[in-house]
Amino acid sequence: MHPENSVAGGALPHPSDGYTIPHTHGPEEVPHTHPDPGVDPHEPLTTGPRALRVGIGGPVGSGKTALVAALCRALGDELRLAVVTNDIYTTEDADFLLRNGVLPADRVRAVETGCCPHTAIRDDISANLDAVEDLEASLGPLDLVLVESGGDNLTATFSKGLIDQQIFVVDVAGGDKVPRKGGPGVTTADLLVINKTDLAPMVGADLSVMDHDAKARRGDLPTVFLSLVEDRNATPVADWIRTLVATRVPAA
Amino acid sequence: MSGMSLATLLVLADGRLPSGGHAHSGGLEAQVSAGRVRDLDAVADFLRGKLATSGLVSAAFAAAACAHPSEWAALDQGLDSRTPSPALRKASRAQGRALLRAARAMWTMPLTGRDLHQPVALGVVAAAAGLGPAAAAVAAAHGTTSGAASAAVRLLGLDPYAVHGLLARLAPECDRIAADAAARADDPVDDLPAAGAPLLDIGAELHATWEVRLFAS
Amino acid sequence: MKAFSRVVAERDNLGGTRLTVLHSESPLLLRRTGPTTVHLVGGGAGPLRGDDLRLDIAVGPGATLEIRSVAAQLALPGRDHLPPSRFEITATVAAGATLRWHPEPMIAAAGCDHHTITRVDVAEGGTLLWRDDLVCGRHHEDSGNVRLDTTIRYAGTTLYRHDLAVGPAAPGWSGPAILGGGRAIGTIVFAPDTMPATSGPGDYALMPLAGPGMLATAIADDIRPVQAALDPLCEPTRALAHT
Repeated sequence: MHPENSVAGGALPHPSDGYTIPHTHGPEEVPHTHPDPGVDPHEPLTTGPRALRVGIGGPVGSGKTALVAALCRALGDELRLAVVTNDIYTTEDADFLLRNGVLPADRVRAVETGCCPHTAIRDDISANLDAVEDLEASLGPLDLVLVESGGDNLTATFSKGLIDQQIFVVDVAGGDKVPRKGGPGVTTADLLVINKTDLAPMVGADLSVMDHDAKARRGDLPTVFLSLVEDRNATPVADWIRTLVATRVPAA
Repeated sequence: MSGMSLATLLVLADGRLPSGGHAHSGGLEAQVSAGRVRDLDAVADFLRGKLATSGLVSAAFAAAACAHPSEWAALDQGLDSRTPSPALRKASRAQGRALLRAARAMWTMPLTGRDLHQPVALGVVAAAAGLGPAAAAVAAAHGTTSGAASAAVRLLGLDPYAVHGLLARLAPECDRIAADAAARADDPVDDLPAAGAPLLDIGAELHATWEVRLFAS
Repeated sequence: MKAFSRVVAERDNLGGTRLTVLHSESPLLLRRTGPTTVHLVGGGAGPLRGDDLRLDIAVGPGATLEIRSVAAQLALPGRDHLPPSRFEITATVAAGATLRWHPEPMIAAAGCDHHTITRVDVAEGGTLLWRDDLVCGRHHEDSGNVRLDTTIRYAGTTLYRHDLAVGPAAPGWSGPAILGGGRAIGTIVFAPDTMPATSGPGDYALMPLAGPGMLATAIADDIRPVQAALDPLCEPTRALAHT
């Protein structure tokens, strides 16, 4: 089990409290085992189960940022929500989220990925975990954190140490063969979003082929078709997230 | 280094250790952007200077923290006084925090601050892993060059074989600096090495103001 | 050459500053030049290899002292068998006291081997401005070896610890991590004065330290841009906002 998961819900020290040693160590003393080494004493304060973390990945230009904006619009009033973005992030992007998603700047954190977007969400998730924890520490308990990956290729997926569920976004303009090609993103994502369906007639993409191939690749895992031009709130994706949040947090 | 586990040292010094290093260029991105680093020779010059300054300081503090893990707070303060750039302090603490996060899943860690400077975190982790100060110093010195070298490959598209050739040529210097550093592991904090690199400080401050950057530092 | 010079400034009954000790040995000659100002006046070229110079500065409670110099300090080579020249400066600044160290630059002439060691202790409530400018070689000349090893403590805690080495003995010193080909560098440490971080234009940054104080650093091809960046921060009229 990832250490993150072992402490959810515990009343633990807040990072801004500063940490003091509960007992003194003599200079000659060797480091030793503390009473419960399985409990990480450094996790941020959470008053209930920590926020649901949903990763949103997919190739460059498939509409990840637009989907994040739509989800903020749809869910911002009903859920305590924050976003971590791994994309090359500018104030332009922040303005985009502000304008389109009604998400204040203090609810968005950008993570630099050192030219390796897949590393930051899969192999070395530390900067993303720090960002999620810092958001929770500065904003208080959250219901949902969306982690948007940098645009990558079809093999980029999120580590389960970072997120609980992941959405993979492809678009019809990328060609109707994308679901058939598969790759870990298409095959294993908890939700596959086939985006920009409004463009299908223009790019000659056959949605039924994409649907058939996605089913063949994904078995029982869900796939939704989306056009943010027609559905500014990304309703099927927002509903999928609502269900996750509802089943995760027990009713008070 | 007798008696220690070489394999454990390799695990700790592995560039694939998920401790946040991949997102930091060790100051290189700022100098690439300033036009000072464009080719392999300039990368070599950058790495030599970095190794002799922040490499030596990192190695000494890693060695001291490994020898005296309970002194982490004083050593951490010592690095604060050697790191005038707020951006570099932030980068060092982010990497220290990430390293401690990884280490807690790997070894039994003593209680320390959460956001330690990376070299202090490295020393404390090395001690928890059963390594000695000399090993901690080597890991620290190596880390100051390997991270920036990897960033050079990504930022400049340099031939990765040529860059690794450079790292191989720097290895003896890395060993020498680590040995110097480890020999001073018991010195008072003010007497530990304080070699500074002014352009790394200034570059980090300029870098922190950019709107778009690929690396966190 | 060995020299030990010493200056002690104390507050007098009228609220001014009185120099209770002003002891000079050549080449470290101290001259009072104003109510609160002392100048180092050159007593021959140097330091040279083998020189061992010490300067002690004490500023008592409520007193103010500014130390300037009339000319650049030119570190020169001496006989090869002699140890590096050494200039050791020790200063204490009491509560309510102000010390401003603002000499002309040091110039590292080709072949020199010099080591300046600075230890400053500022008591809580004291104020410090500590300026060091360094030029790496005279005009069209390679740099000699110079190390500036500085420790500044404030209220009993080390605020700033920095050891700058330039010259052929310092690996990568003119490379893109250290001076980037620049031939002049200047630094000012302020304690406990602090301002928000600023950087640029050029290779200049003003950095709030982790403790109560800040560092301004400028690097350039020659000393003039360094002075242009740093001199305004040394204006005596600049309000030192205590925090």
